[in-house]
Amino acid sequence: MKAINLSRRQFLKNSGIVGGGLVIGFSLTGCSSSQLPINTIEGGYVPNAFLQITSTNDIHFYCPRDEMGQGVMTGLSTLIGEELGVNPSEFILEFAGVHSDYNNPGMGVQATGGSNAMNAHYTQLRQVGADLRQLLLNAAVKDLGISSETMTTNESHIIVEGEKHPFSRFIATAATLSLPADTQLKSPADFKYIGKDAIRVDGLAKATGTAEYGIDADFPGMHYAVVKRSPVAGAKLRRVDKTAANQMPGVTDIIEISSGVAIVAQKYWQARQAADAISPEWETVPLAAFDTARIKSDYSSALASEDGLSAQEEGDFAGAINAAAETLESEFWAPFLAHAPLEPMNAVLKIENGEADLWSGTQGPAGAQGLVARFSGIETENIRVHSSYLGGGFGRRGTLTHIIEVTEIAVATNKPIKLTWTREDDIRHGFYRPASLMKIKAGLDESGNITAWQANRAGGNITPETLKNMLPALLPGIGDGPLDFLTDLAADVFTGVIPDPSSIEGLAEDYDLPNREVNHFTVEHGLPLTFWRSVGHSQNAFAKESMMDELAEKAGIDPVAFRLQNTRNNPRLHNVIRVAGERMKAMKPAQGRHLGFAAHGSFGTDVAEIAEISVENGRIKVHKVTCVVDCGIAVTPDVVRAQMEGSVLFGLTAALYGKLDIENGEIVQSNFNDYPILRMNETPVIDVVIIESGDNPTGVGEPGVPPIAPAVASAVYAATGNRLRHLPLRLS
Amino acid sequence: MIEFVLNGETVRTDDAPDTPLLWVVRDTFKLMGSKFGCGAGLCGACTMHIDGEAARTCVMPVSAVAGKAIRTIEGLGTPDDLHPLQAAWVEYNVPQCGYCQSGQIMSAAALLARNADPSEADVESAMAGNICRCGCYPRIKKAILSTAASSLAYNAATGNGEVTA
Repeated sequence: MKAINLSRRQFLKNSGIVGGGLVIGFSLTGCSSSQLPINTIEGGYVPNAFLQITSTNDIHFYCPRDEMGQGVMTGLSTLIGEELGVNPSEFILEFAGVHSDYNNPGMGVQATGGSNAMNAHYTQLRQVGADLRQLLLNAAVKDLGISSETMTTNESHIIVEGEKHPFSRFIATAATLSLPADTQLKSPADFKYIGKDAIRVDGLAKATGTAEYGIDADFPGMHYAVVKRSPVAGAKLRRVDKTAANQMPGVTDIIEISSGVAIVAQKYWQARQAADAISPEWETVPLAAFDTARIKSDYSSALASEDGLSAQEEGDFAGAINAAAETLESEFWAPFLAHAPLEPMNAVLKIENGEADLWSGTQGPAGAQGLVARFSGIETENIRVHSSYLGGGFGRRGTLTHIIEVTEIAVATNKPIKLTWTREDDIRHGFYRPASLMKIKAGLDESGNITAWQANRAGGNITPETLKNMLPALLPGIGDGPLDFLTDLAADVFTGVIPDPSSIEGLAEDYDLPNREVNHFTVEHGLPLTFWRSVGHSQNAFAKESMMDELAEKAGIDPVAFRLQNTRNNPRLHNVIRVAGERMKAMKPAQGRHLGFAAHGSFGTDVAEIAEISVENGRIKVHKVTCVVDCGIAVTPDVVRAQMEGSVLFGLTAALYGKLDIENGEIVQSNFNDYPILRMNETPVIDVVIIESGDNPTGVGEPGVPPIAPAVASAVYAATGNRLRHLPLRLS
Repeated sequence: MIEFVLNGETVRTDDAPDTPLLWVVRDTFKLMGSKFGCGAGLCGACTMHIDGEAARTCVMPVSAVAGKAIRTIEGLGTPDDLHPLQAAWVEYNVPQCGYCQSGQIMSAAALLARNADPSEADVESAMAGNICRCGCYPRIKKAILSTAASSLAYNAATGNGEVTA
């Protein structure tokens, strides 16, 4: 192995590019206009980017993060409402436009991901609420001529001696006063909304079909586009015969764009049918020579080589493995996966008089704006981004090539365009969770302590691919040459200098591992990669936790006791394992049912899961999952429960069914018939236990995903004696 | 010209007869509550009622519904006048991303219309055609069972709003 030097390690630590995401610690935009993208209602008061109080005491909340189901609108409404004195369910919810005030405080860009919203906004939005509340009180003191000690706030009113005055009564005076700063925040003991069960603020809209998604944007004159892309990613168009399709009803334009051929028609179905009538020919790219078996064997060769890049090195692994009482080595495989959010990628763009309006649900509206600017030549201040609910994200809506496509089509046709991907486009032309081959070698002492740990991972890297997608969005004014240079540089850096944190996260952080190494072997074949819910943890936790199960058996120790013994320096995870372990001990599975356990920390949150399964006719059936989570203070506990339930099921789909096969560089699967998603009749009972905590909140969107695959694999071993080390878990 | 009844109103379209009903409803009649998820009848996001039966409209040519009565989520209930299922969806915090929920609710409403007191197995069987990528199934099931006749009767008798099934 190449040795790592201190400066390299320091760079990794300080670069701010941390596991799980696009966490860049400074703003790359820096040039956003200072005008807030808020329509001021007549008589309305806009004290900051997040709120508007109208003359009728309606309080609008401009939600800075994107709602993709994770409950962020409910959570952030709760934070700001708690301190402001507004019931979160009373806010009129607005999707924020693009402005640096809406940047994610944990990222420095206007993006949503990495399960960080509650943590990143926890202090910020409470402070915004508290300062505005104080300002309204100051205005009331002036208007009513009384002292502030006699006043309280409740449900958007200031209460003075039992009399209720709506906030709106004081906004005219408030606008003349200076906004207080650093107002004292409530003590948690006084929380009225934080930590309490409540109805989701987006529930009614979503139960009545009135919630608007990007795909629902519609206006007169809009044309519909579909795009035919190469079945092998990255291949350019060689030639296309448009004759037949051009003559089909409603078709107005068939044009070549950078990703393929766009077919534009007056109606969506006309465009779809015309797309079926053309058969473009594509150039050949190196990826076309590969299939899944070859990719896997390339990873295997890499792991056998000396070409690894050291990501972590502590103590003396080589010495410790030689001295170990017991040693074990196992190899684990995780396949490529698609995100398959139920709303396929889409975007609507209208360009008129040098200005643009974009409707699309993304995990990065500023990036979407930058891409429209880059590919239309329109200045960002003249591009309005109308965000909407996201019909699922899971990481997929951080990659915005569909925005490039819609811009190219709108510019070339001079028409307002709605671009809609098909499900087949989504599965076959997307950006994927990388496949991984992971090899772990470990040693135990006589007492069952892990004395040596080496975790090696081979596969592609997410971060260079992400920079390739992000940089053109965030630096719309920079030319192609410097951008190519930067993205190539990033790819080289993560191949040869610093391992991409997204590739190795979760392999060695949780347990007491005094003598450890983590090494990475980059092998790229050209399939586009991106963040997939829980990112590197999604595969690395499977390898790490499966290995813990095997080591516990080798040591002759109960798997929960083994984990407790080896997490003494990680008290929070240790406690989660303890609580879950007690639950497991109390379980009395019926005849033929078996239990499996796994625990993992990611995005600041620790989760343990117990899977109860049976095996019938060689098929794994999961009956029940118990999930114990410590995510700091649960701002909205029922959203935390829902995220754990959803994460378990998202993880189970991957554990039981999820795989994309590659043949001649093409994705074999195409729709839900061959890329199945768990259905209601396959869904286990899920019991969620939230550990009480006063710590600042940590992530809940992703951390429930990683433990489920190893928990099920452990239960399958208990049921059958088969160690399943390849995902998806199959007994035959 | 194809004529059918959409949420109680007679409508006519000159869309091509092979156009799936979903696209006629969304793009021609501008009712956006029914969603496109797969285009192959596999996910249920496009579920509407055709003469009271739940149907996957992304694969149903509009010609096949000539003269029939179509109901979409917009015709089931509104924010001011919720169908009991929609009220249960809100109460149990069912939706996450929400994109599949119109289809889920339409499948559930068709089930309750033909079987006012379904068992858990009846619910699972009726809902197996609707995918929820966010994994809201435990709450969907709970919400449906809470509106089943026996639950409603129990709740009315006891004043208990909790699901009892």
